[in-house]
Amino acid sequence: MSAVRPDYVRPLDLKHGRVDMTHGSGGRAMAQLIEELFARHFDNEFLRQGNDGATLPLPAGGRLVMACDGHVVSPLFFPGGDIGCLCVHGTINDVAVMGAKPLWLAASFILEEGFPLADLDRIVASMARAATEAGVLVVTGDTKVVEQGKADGVFIATTGVGVVPEGVQLSGERARPGDAILLSGTLGDHGMAIMAQRENLGFSSAIVSDTAALHGLIAAMLATGADIRVLRDPTRGGLATTLNEIARQSKAGMMLDEAMIPVNPEVAAACEFLGLDPLYVANEGKLVAIVAECDAERVLSAMREHPQGARAARIGTVLEDAHHFVQMTTGFGGRRIVDWLTGEQLPRIC
Amino acid sequence: MKYVDEFRDGKLARVLAAAIAREADAARSYSFMEFCGGHTHAISRYGVADLLPANVRMVHGPGCPVCVLPIGRVDMAIELALDHGVILCTYGDTLRVPASHGLSLMKAKAGVGAASDKRRGDIRMVYSSADAVRIAQENPGKEVVFLAIGFETTTPPTAVAIKQASALGLANFSVLCCHVLTPAAISNILESPEVRKYGTVPLDGFIGPAHVSTVIGSRPYEFFAEEYRKPVVIAGFEPLDVMQAILMLVRQVNEGRAVVENEFTRAVTRDGNLKAQDLVAETFELRREFEWRGLGLVPYSALKIRAHYAAFDAETRFPLRYRSVDDNRACECGAILRGVKRPQDCKLFGTVCTPDNPIGSCMVSSEGACAAHYSYGRFRVQEGDGR
Repeated sequence: MSAVRPDYVRPLDLKHGRVDMTHGSGGRAMAQLIEELFARHFDNEFLRQGNDGATLPLPAGGRLVMACDGHVVSPLFFPGGDIGCLCVHGTINDVAVMGAKPLWLAASFILEEGFPLADLDRIVASMARAATEAGVLVVTGDTKVVEQGKADGVFIATTGVGVVPEGVQLSGERARPGDAILLSGTLGDHGMAIMAQRENLGFSSAIVSDTAALHGLIAAMLATGADIRVLRDPTRGGLATTLNEIARQSKAGMMLDEAMIPVNPEVAAACEFLGLDPLYVANEGKLVAIVAECDAERVLSAMREHPQGARAARIGTVLEDAHHFVQMTTGFGGRRIVDWLTGEQLPRIC
Repeated sequence: MKYVDEFRDGKLARVLAAAIAREADAARSYSFMEFCGGHTHAISRYGVADLLPANVRMVHGPGCPVCVLPIGRVDMAIELALDHGVILCTYGDTLRVPASHGLSLMKAKAGVGAASDKRRGDIRMVYSSADAVRIAQENPGKEVVFLAIGFETTTPPTAVAIKQASALGLANFSVLCCHVLTPAAISNILESPEVRKYGTVPLDGFIGPAHVSTVIGSRPYEFFAEEYRKPVVIAGFEPLDVMQAILMLVRQVNEGRAVVENEFTRAVTRDGNLKAQDLVAETFELRREFEWRGLGLVPYSALKIRAHYAAFDAETRFPLRYRSVDDNRACECGAILRGVKRPQDCKLFGTVCTPDNPIGSCMVSSEGACAAHYSYGRFRVQEGDGR
């Protein structure tokens, strides 16, 4: 005779198990996935409330910043990171470039039927590690499962909330003629790390993604008390697209100096090989800062003292220009426009 | 980066710029056509025009593969994908070339204008012809067609793909061949009334192709130098190559010489790549005529697949018929490809025609004269700079 053990659930097989449709059904299997996988990695007092939403304390002073970011990167695991840490860094950076201290994250998972639970476990562990390192809590989430072929393994959308102190006012329309344009480090590492992994290219490289949370670097920059007008992380579309966005918002032009823009030699070589321009390749751990000219040197040295800004450089100046052109003096000695990205340089980069 | 930075050195560029300025005769002007889109791109991307004196002007030529691909050929590819249900593979830029009915391969892929989801084409971007062969191997139940475009540089890889497919006995792979020939296009420009009769296009010489010449060698250009008295300097695609070639052209003009000179000796010989030439000769034969965007019907200017490999020729494999389609009437791509007009002379340039929404083919590829000028040099239009 069988002895029914009350409340017994056979543990998830995190070695050989796979996501199936029941994991998104709202039933017991979903509850188990949440408990044994998500809650185990993300555990914190707000998640432990176990409610549909997290109830959070109202921060004293300052304003709230909220940002969201969907992640569909392919491949899911790449040199220097994976979709897990990327979806934490990406959203934290969107909050941090507003001058805010990131506090909480929400995560929504779209899983494809048949996705190995071992991979999901690895991804969620990577998310948890990235969040802990950044001092951010994942306080609520959601899981959906779609039939095989209707997604590609896993898509993760994250939403971040942070607090920006009074007095900090960063915004894309604040660049003024004469301001300095600073860049925190080398261009194109993330994009080329992904590109080198794509199977149909058939070349290997030692390029590693730069995916990282930038709020520490940003805090150090803000601590100088300098008049920082704009901060932005040049992700998809690269530096060129980010600067064009700022130029349009601020109704100004820009002049860059190609010789001052840092690019790792491996990245430069891979770009050359594939006919890409590093100015248009995605970054996941770099920022561009527009700073009042009088404060430029101070901010630059603060950046260089931080490990994430060791290769920071002043790459150009904001100009008055009715056409809002971003231009560049080439290393060759000529002049050219650095235009918006046209078309699709590399799909599913983040 | 070794072997690259040396050819982009700003200091050397200034030395060459000073030599060009010193040797160019102030009493006259010089117009040189860079035939290749690769040169057009280098000139725009590195700002070479800024280093040239005002009396040395570069005229963009027709050597951009996607620019000269006529609408009718893109229509055929779309028909293959939508009506014959093939997996259509091609190189990246080709996807954005405007075709009939507001379509492009990119739009046909997304199902633009389609009544049902079944009308979405399976259209894939490949980096090499070998990828297309691999896709055919992986999809034995589907027809796979490689839309092959380009000048003599991309022709040998297509020949290899056909031979490979033949050796593998692939029954589901074929090629829609749109390969064209450089010398025929140069003849066409030199024979055009604007150059010969009216003199509206002053042409004092050519910068000869880089990659094309690695295959065909420098010999084919000797005819132009002799017959039309136009100097030709074959140059690499790096900006210093271009500057050096311009200096060599200025010298030839000043000395009244018209010969083929080779600046790109590190890659180009007089005879070219004989193995590649044999491969092409074995696989392809001349077409009697072929329509080029901008140049119209040009006799013996393109290649078709030899009868021996007819099984791999999409034009015999599928019931396709070529229909010539006129460009948008306001589009000046034709005149721009012949060097008669500059991008900024076109009413559509930068208004309805931009790289994000190209009307004409010259706005598609970064090697196209319009796209290069728009993406890299349009501040010159605002500043009233004629270059």
